[in-house]
Amino acid sequence: MKSEFTPPIGKISNINGQCISLIGNDIDTDRIIPARFLKCVNFNSLGESVFEDDRKTLKGRHPFDLEENKNSSILIVNSNFGCGSSREHAPQALMRWGIKAIIGESFADIFYSNCIAIGIPCFTLPKKSIEEIQNYCDNQFLFLEIDLKKSFAKSKDLNLNLEIKESSRKMFLSGEWDATSTLLDNENLIENKFNQLPYIKFNSHYS
Amino acid sequence: MSQDTLFDKVWDLHKVSSLPGGSDQIFIGLHLIHEVTSPQAFGALKDKKLKVKFPDRTVATVDHIVPTDNQSRPFKDNLAEQMIETLEKNCLEHKIRFFNIGSGNQGIVHVVAPELGLTQPGMTIACGDSHTSTHGAFGSIAFGIGTSQVRDVLATQTLAMNKLKVRQIWCDNKLSKGVYAKDLVLHIINKLGVKAGVGFAYEFAGPAINELSMEERMTICNMSIEGGARCGYINPDEKTFSYIKNKLYAPKNEHWDRALRWWESLKSDENSIYDDVIKLDASKVEPTVTWGITPGQSISINQQIPLLDNLSPNDKLVAEEAYEYMSFKPGQLIKDTPVDVCFIGSCTNGRISDLRVAAKVLKGKKVSKNVKAFAVPGSEQVATEAKQEGLDQIFKDSGFQWREPGCSMCLAMNSDKLIGNQVSASSSNRNFKGRQGSPSGRTLLMSPAMVAAAAINGKVSDVREFIN
Repeated sequence: MKSEFTPPIGKISNINGQCISLIGNDIDTDRIIPARFLKCVNFNSLGESVFEDDRKTLKGRHPFDLEENKNSSILIVNSNFGCGSSREHAPQALMRWGIKAIIGESFADIFYSNCIAIGIPCFTLPKKSIEEIQNYCDNQFLFLEIDLKKSFAKSKDLNLNLEIKESSRKMFLSGEWDATSTLLDNENLIENKFNQLPYIKFNSHYS
Repeated sequence: MSQDTLFDKVWDLHKVSSLPGGSDQIFIGLHLIHEVTSPQAFGALKDKKLKVKFPDRTVATVDHIVPTDNQSRPFKDNLAEQMIETLEKNCLEHKIRFFNIGSGNQGIVHVVAPELGLTQPGMTIACGDSHTSTHGAFGSIAFGIGTSQVRDVLATQTLAMNKLKVRQIWCDNKLSKGVYAKDLVLHIINKLGVKAGVGFAYEFAGPAINELSMEERMTICNMSIEGGARCGYINPDEKTFSYIKNKLYAPKNEHWDRALRWWESLKSDENSIYDDVIKLDASKVEPTVTWGITPGQSISINQQIPLLDNLSPNDKLVAEEAYEYMSFKPGQLIKDTPVDVCFIGSCTNGRISDLRVAAKVLKGKKVSKNVKAFAVPGSEQVATEAKQEGLDQIFKDSGFQWREPGCSMCLAMNSDKLIGNQVSASSSNRNFKGRQGSPSGRTLLMSPAMVAAAAINGKVSDVREFIN
């Protein structure tokens, strides 16, 4: 758990950091942040509760509790990470713990778009490459330098061609992952669309 | 790329622009909010000094945190009280229609919007809740979003999204007696896997789907997300239109005629192109129960928990985790597994037809003395209707507790929770580790009728032995 949290802002092109490996398929957002921690009106204190139940079960042996991982910022996961509930509290909790990027075999759709919306790039690699990285992490520290411009990551031993949706990559590089203002730029088009949609008219009693 | 499916048509209709990065800006016709995923979004609006763009297009209710035993205010749980107060304040400040407790229309957001006639064909619908896919049962394109996206919808009524691919899931024949929509959707998720739907919208179609009532169709679409598909839908038909007719917010008089004409034109073309098509035989589906920690880990009532060797390499890792967490042995029968708690409710199976089916099984019978059983209607309307039909009395006479509407033990954000490693027979949608409120609690997902049967016998049972 890092002392100072500053959310990402603006263009994101490089992320350098130590990797933390979390093994398991279909790790759902209930496990990332159990529902009882959703009783909050802001996200501020979620970092300390990330994986709370899994961590308690493993009594200090969970990757998020290991001393050697405490400064990690790049999470390495397996397939369908973040499935289940749409709670943005899950990536918010990871981010507040210190995670700045995630590399995995695959991600659940809603989790993935939540990560984009808060500035956490998610990259994919084939199963075999992920397992190699996770094995590497078992034995030694892995520091990765991620370059979003080239979708490339390197360490002293590894060179990785990361995959990321082109639209997501561009949004991080331009800063448009924080989408509200980009969307509002098209205010006239939004008004036009509102006026054109058939059901707005026959549901005028809504207002 | 899919072409001329309902999904393509609704998507194209709502497309506002192509964004610089390559994703689409999509107009959201109906935005639903609740107390858990909206407060931070309103906070962000304030930080960015933005207003709600179209307050009429957002509708709120309170469901996740509400207690189901005593709903008098202030709630005993201070945090829950703070959350409902925050929603009340935000709705008042931004002039958003809010169905609060006691309004007669409060309930689980995915039960409330359809029963009020807010959910209609051809709309895009978003909500900060993954089970928003439910509304696809009406031929709308509906999906769950996170809080930052809730902020974007409030501020702009639009979202930045990549278009999904479309997979048609064609269900032939029809379900046999004692087999329900829940069994069918669990079967589909088991066959396709929990991540097959990533990047896809699911179109459910075929004779077995046409045969289903609107409430059964909602059960199917509701669980699309458990198969990885953020959006699931069914082409609208006469059943859809007659369900909507005369609902509180349904179009009226000449507006109804216009709406109907438009809705009737809304469906996937006969020669539309899908990115993928899967066919299955619904008549082969049997009462289905989950045995593991993902909704894909299910078997028919008379099957054994799968052996590791019989699973694909990709499924083995989670299966091993599941055996250990659930304390099940590979090869063990699921039938006769003792249960401690029986829960009927949720956005998957908390509607009036679910309660009717369960009540039919329970009538004249008693819940096993080892079981704590409770029924939580999905909404105030459902509760009222159930009482008018005397269903509440049937539940109570059998030994079920009859509760007030809310999400309750589906995700256990209120005080309805499993204790220790209790086993729950649940009509809800997720059997994730810890989902029902105890970090070691165990959930077996099944249809409401199967939950009723389990409650009577105190163990997992075949509901077909209860019905003639």
